[in-house]
Amino acid sequence: MPAFTRPAALLLCALACAGVAAQVPGTPERQRELVRMVRQDCGSCHGMHLTGGLGPPLTPAALADKPVESMAATIFHGRPGTPMPPWRAFVTETEALWIAGQLLGGFPPSPPSKP
Amino acid sequence: MKNALHAPHSVGSLPPESAGFSSWGGLAMQRRSLLSGLAALPLLASGCATPLVPPPPLMGTGDLGVVIERATGAVLIVNTSQRAVLTRVTGLGDLSHASVVFSRDGRHAYVFGRDGALTRIDLLTQRITAREQQAGNSIGGAISADGTLVAAQNYSPGGVKVFDAERLTLRADIPALTADGQRSRVVGLADLPGRRFIYSLFDANAICIADCTDPTRPRVTRIDDIGRQPYDALITPDGRHYIAGLFGEDGLALVDTWAEQPTAQRILAGYGRGQEPLPVFKMPHLRGWAVAGRHAYLPAIGRHEVLVVDTTTWAEVGRIPVAGQPVFVMARPDGRQVWVNFAVPDYHRVQVIDTLVQRVAATLQPGKAVMHMEFTPRGESVWISCRDDDRVQVVDTATLATQASLAAQAPSGIFFTARAQRMGF
Repeated sequence: MPAFTRPAALLLCALACAGVAAQVPGTPERQRELVRMVRQDCGSCHGMHLTGGLGPPLTPAALADKPVESMAATIFHGRPGTPMPPWRAFVTETEALWIAGQLLGGFPPSPPSKP
Repeated sequence: MKNALHAPHSVGSLPPESAGFSSWGGLAMQRRSLLSGLAALPLLASGCATPLVPPPPLMGTGDLGVVIERATGAVLIVNTSQRAVLTRVTGLGDLSHASVVFSRDGRHAYVFGRDGALTRIDLLTQRITAREQQAGNSIGGAISADGTLVAAQNYSPGGVKVFDAERLTLRADIPALTADGQRSRVVGLADLPGRRFIYSLFDANAICIADCTDPTRPRVTRIDDIGRQPYDALITPDGRHYIAGLFGEDGLALVDTWAEQPTAQRILAGYGRGQEPLPVFKMPHLRGWAVAGRHAYLPAIGRHEVLVVDTTTWAEVGRIPVAGQPVFVMARPDGRQVWVNFAVPDYHRVQVIDTLVQRVAATLQPGKAVMHMEFTPRGESVWISCRDDDRVQVVDTATLATQASLAAQAPSGIFFTARAQRMGF
């Protein structure tokens, strides 16, 4: 089990401040899948480096004033009237909250590609 | 001088024209030069301290292309006759959603990066020959019919920038504005004959034509109220009709660019027939490859359908159920087949539509996360990038057999130099 990374620590802080149970989704393998999903699939609109594109940037600076729960709700339910789709077929609510926290803390890099 | 292509270390000092052989005297001169070129080779091999990459042999560019490696900021230069990777060129920055256009001679690839960088790569010397950080966030570009101007379409700051194709110096900066003066993201940029570019404004529901005959004073014609949120667009292979896909409503906007005063007409309006808009997990891409014979094959936004339109009447003549949300709907150059790939979660599949009977004739599973497809110039093969398998699969379009499987790191866009000769590419 790896030690907590800085983003994870920030997430815990964010969740604790928000009064939300600090749940971390699934296995490290699942977390790697989620990281890849955000960078690659969310990245088709938000950019692989999450610096924005057709979708807005998802960098910590850009998200500084966004509550973590509303970000998680946007991920899970989408945002009607915009191109942002609901991702509930792909992630659980817990996972959406985890992703939102990771984004606020600076999203982890993509897992290394096969050499 | 004459063995420029054999000596990568000396190429940088040569003007681009000197690798062309038009200035050679007669046959005798050619033979002498060839001999001296050959004689120089062993010297190069033994005298050069860092011959890590074998010198590329003398070659044409008609069967070359590039594959974007999105995660590593690199492109592979590939050869479609050998079905092989020739080399990797690195240092191109953020290549998520990168796209490429080619110089008229098929020698230079202009790579538009997500991070706003525009990079020119010489496919023969396999070097970056120019690079310009031209915007904060970019989505693609086009090259003028005469090959002198390269235009980039930018999200941030929203607008179009036009560059000299030789040196990438800025020639025109054309902001794209909404009604209240905000910048709009630009999509669907394509070349029109006569140093003109046409593009759509995602945030302003408009289509613009910029005439860059004099790039220092571009003349912009604007068509407003074309429909809500154009997300991408195509120009038909004859350069006449421009079609913008709309995200904000069911339908597409059509502009006849041959008209004296071009207007936008809605086609396929209400193809969702009043149903709730479906979530879209990846924006489809439009380009002139949509046209096969007299029909255009267009992705239905969010729906698991390809819409078929008659290009003489612009009426819907059919819709073809497919395995997911279409992203690329691409006709083989002869128009006999149309290949379709899909958004997540159906992006492990590719389907082949037989245009004679207008239905899916085959479903392939070439690999994980199919990002893009590119046909060889006459369409006997298609190259398919499988991002999560780190492979590019080369498939025979007649037998559907795999002809080659090439290693690539998270490959996305594939671009062959035959695009240099096509309008709208």
